[in-house]
Amino acid sequence: MNAKGHVLKYGDNVDTDVIIPARYLNVSNGEELAKYCMIDIDPDFTQKAKSGDIIVATKNFGCGSSREHAPLAIKCAGISCVIASTFARIFYRNAINIGLPILECDKAAKDIDNGDEVSIDFDSGIITNHTKNRTYQAQPFPPFIKEIMAIGGLVEQTKEKIKG
Amino acid sequence: MGMTMTQKILAKHAGLDHVVPGQLIQAKLDIVMGNDITTAVALKEFAKTGAAEVFDKEKVVIVLDHFTPNKDIKAAEQYKSCRTFAYDMNIKNFFDVGKAGIEHALLPEQGIVVPGQVIIGADSHTCTYGALGAFSTGIGSTDMAIGMATGECWFKVPSAIKFNIIGKKPPYVSGKDVILHIIGKIGVDGALYRSMEFTGEGIQELTMDDRFTIANMAIEAGAKNGIFPIDEACIAYAKEHSQKPFDIYEADVDAEYDEEIIIDLSSLQPTVSFPHLPDNTRTIDHVGDVKIDQVVIGSCTNGRMDDMAIAADILRGKKVAEHVRTIIIPATQEIYLECIRRGYVSDFIEAGAIFSMPTCGPCLGGHMGILASGERCVSTTNRNFVGRMGHVESEVYLASPAVAAASAIAGKIADPRKIGGHE
Repeated sequence: MNAKGHVLKYGDNVDTDVIIPARYLNVSNGEELAKYCMIDIDPDFTQKAKSGDIIVATKNFGCGSSREHAPLAIKCAGISCVIASTFARIFYRNAINIGLPILECDKAAKDIDNGDEVSIDFDSGIITNHTKNRTYQAQPFPPFIKEIMAIGGLVEQTKEKIKG
Repeated sequence: MGMTMTQKILAKHAGLDHVVPGQLIQAKLDIVMGNDITTAVALKEFAKTGAAEVFDKEKVVIVLDHFTPNKDIKAAEQYKSCRTFAYDMNIKNFFDVGKAGIEHALLPEQGIVVPGQVIIGADSHTCTYGALGAFSTGIGSTDMAIGMATGECWFKVPSAIKFNIIGKKPPYVSGKDVILHIIGKIGVDGALYRSMEFTGEGIQELTMDDRFTIANMAIEAGAKNGIFPIDEACIAYAKEHSQKPFDIYEADVDAEYDEEIIIDLSSLQPTVSFPHLPDNTRTIDHVGDVKIDQVVIGSCTNGRMDDMAIAADILRGKKVAEHVRTIIIPATQEIYLECIRRGYVSDFIEAGAIFSMPTCGPCLGGHMGILASGERCVSTTNRNFVGRMGHVESEVYLASPAVAAASAIAGKIADPRKIGGHE
């Protein structure tokens, strides 16, 4: 599994209220939520983000609420991966569970700039910055999480188990 | 190597003798909870699993509290889907308008959560029940759906920070000041992925309501959970509110902690978090002149009886400043009734405040007190992120009910020790 796109760069503590404010949580449809993705931190996000683009941020990305609407809005906005120095733990779980690839890599998070062209090899955890001609090594997913991602999320995995 | 209290509860629920930090486990769940916003997503995911019914009708809890009562047509449609699901699945603990309160005040009050349990909730402040010595953590809608279908959830076993609480709590210092002080000290990611285990002789100084407030905001330091010892006060609370049997866990004497932090209650002052992060704290003597437009006293953090009592004591016989909209929200119907019995509702209304039915409403910028651009609010809630309570150019100052009530009277952020006449 791979991803390639241009980077939209943010700072520390990007919280779930700016990713998708509560005033839009009266719907749960991903396509609808995507229209308001990042609106309170970057009002032009939906115009700028192209399918396959990558969000890069520094520490504690996704802090705050447990709203799964946040990773869902990002995924449905066409973002192929989020790279951050660290993630808030509920956001991390939610992203894995719904199949939004995310990687922790402090070096990449700090070195990559807005607009850089980046590709990711999820199996090896290698992130390549084509603009700067550099690579960064992220921790690849542990096997337990790889299994969830490979089958298409936690729901699919459970479905298989229930079927027996 | 010994285990922390959290690790012992997780090991037991995973059917293991021993666990270590970083270990991935599958644990059995005692309670799976969701609110109106998160359940609306979870029930769709639940349907996809192919499960015909929930794993246990007694152990799934659905509380409609965020946009309650229905704030608009879209929210009403979401609520309808939650109601239909709850009735179809014959969920025993379904709380709709009339029975509902703010989930994290309601579940302990109704005796649904007790010490030693493993609880997941599709709401980040589910960590509140750690006050009862339970492992309790926030998860998302997909985890809730899988929890409802299977009664299990995957966890990475956390390491822990030990908070050794010592000293006596001064007047007008509450659990809110303790946790704001801690978050200010360690930062909004200071406990990321880890447990916050509170211990020490100073715990005796903290009421159960103080402990609920402290555990509630563990997530604001990034923690997986916050947890208190199961002491006499905790056992008395659990027995008063619940018929359920429960197990008592305590950390091993040789448990390993990432670090130990001493919190001396006697050194604490009323504390305020300035915009736009909970760790941006200042003690009350360093707040300067901050004029305000609104005060909110309530939420899963501070809508309990202790909170109503201190607000009533400060507001009684006084008037809120002309330009300050003061909104007081008891967290549950039971707390609402007790405020009537004790005469607090008259105190609030005569002071010029409004007294609302239980709802999360303004805390998350849902409804019932949204801020316009440039407006400032002193709020007893838990987050002061950009746009949290309304316009992106509004400001939220987090504080205790005592500071909030004093500020409502003064029209600016104020020291309750001065307004309350104790200094």
